[in-house]
Amino acid sequence: MEYINIFVKGIFIENMIFAYFLGMCSYLAVSKTVKTATGLGAAVIFVLGITVPINYLLENYILKEGALSWLGSEYATIDLSFLSFIMFIAVIAAIVQLVEMSVEKFAPALYGALGIFLPLIAVNCAILGGALFMQERQYANVGEATVFGLGSGVGWFLAIVAIAAIREKIRYSNVPAPLKGLGITFIITGLMGIAFMSFMGIEL
Amino acid sequence: MSTTAAEPLFSKKNKKLLSDPLNDNNPITVQVLGICSALAITVQLKQAVVMALSVIAVVACSNVIISLIRNMVPNRVRIIVQLVIVAALVILVDQILKAFVYDVSKQLSVFVGLIITNCIVMGRLEAFALGNKPWPSFLDGIGNGLGYGVILVIVAFFRELLGSGKIWGFKLIPNSFYEAGYFNNGLMILPPMALITVGIIIWVQRSRNKKLIEK
Repeated sequence: MEYINIFVKGIFIENMIFAYFLGMCSYLAVSKTVKTATGLGAAVIFVLGITVPINYLLENYILKEGALSWLGSEYATIDLSFLSFIMFIAVIAAIVQLVEMSVEKFAPALYGALGIFLPLIAVNCAILGGALFMQERQYANVGEATVFGLGSGVGWFLAIVAIAAIREKIRYSNVPAPLKGLGITFIITGLMGIAFMSFMGIEL
Repeated sequence: MSTTAAEPLFSKKNKKLLSDPLNDNNPITVQVLGICSALAITVQLKQAVVMALSVIAVVACSNVIISLIRNMVPNRVRIIVQLVIVAALVILVDQILKAFVYDVSKQLSVFVGLIITNCIVMGRLEAFALGNKPWPSFLDGIGNGLGYGVILVIVAFFRELLGSGKIWGFKLIPNSFYEAGYFNNGLMILPPMALITVGIIIWVQRSRNKKLIEK
């Protein structure tokens, strides 16, 4: 039950885009058509689902204060948490690289679909944000961290596909010239965010 | 660029590097970079100012460092090198914030760490520092950091004023207003209003500056 709760929370209530604005850059840049949006969204789910649990293990067995105690009692007082940013980003960059290579080798069809989006993801704030939120919220075990990663990935996917669909339609509308493109996208995202706020307080 | 020795420190070109990002080439409203962390921390002016200063410091320093080593780093590994340098600088900023303004650093929470993946930093490194000398890169970093900061401060100003009737934590709207039936607009504190505020800023900027209008 706890897992479902974290999953739903990640998708709707603590949606990466509408509640925290993470990954806005690619959200705005790649949301011109539904097709590319779907590709990037899928890649984000994929990478978040892999990097969050790995960073969770890293955090709990290497970086946290006392996390090194499995090496022996003399290591129990070491606190490496100041290194977490650099470790997380290195892990993310390396994993993205690895994932890219293995997807290319084992699933060429998926690779064709995700295409250039995979390498872009290393610098997507949503991925690092996922790792940092995981660190801040202190999930109880790897399972919870994985579910959190997948849930926020799905939330991001939902948001980018929705905005891409709206942008495809809005091209035919009569938007005031200075608002065209970026401005109206911001305002629509804001309105969607207000809509998503109605999910607040849902608990399973 | 061999004549740079004779070029004054604040030549016209260098001044343009500094002033351009403030308006015509603003990182947030025109280049669409760095929105990720820009919006979440604009509920209060104080947080926004601290965040803006941190970003200015990181962009300027990383621009200088990358520009200094730009001829030594092989092209293929440059992204990793950039990430490591930026991450190291962000760790420094984070530790400094924790030491001197602990409460603000707690409120900023993960968003300090997210400066690493802030597209402004990576974008300026890629677009400018890799091909320019340290001094212009430094100015470019300061300029873009300021351009980011200006939007942050404007958004935070309106959100804090309308949302909680305060500026920098001081009550600005007199009690008599409230007695007369004035209410703080609670909607302004919620995250979606940051997006709409930025949308309105873009609207105002583009209607004053027609050449920025998208086709």
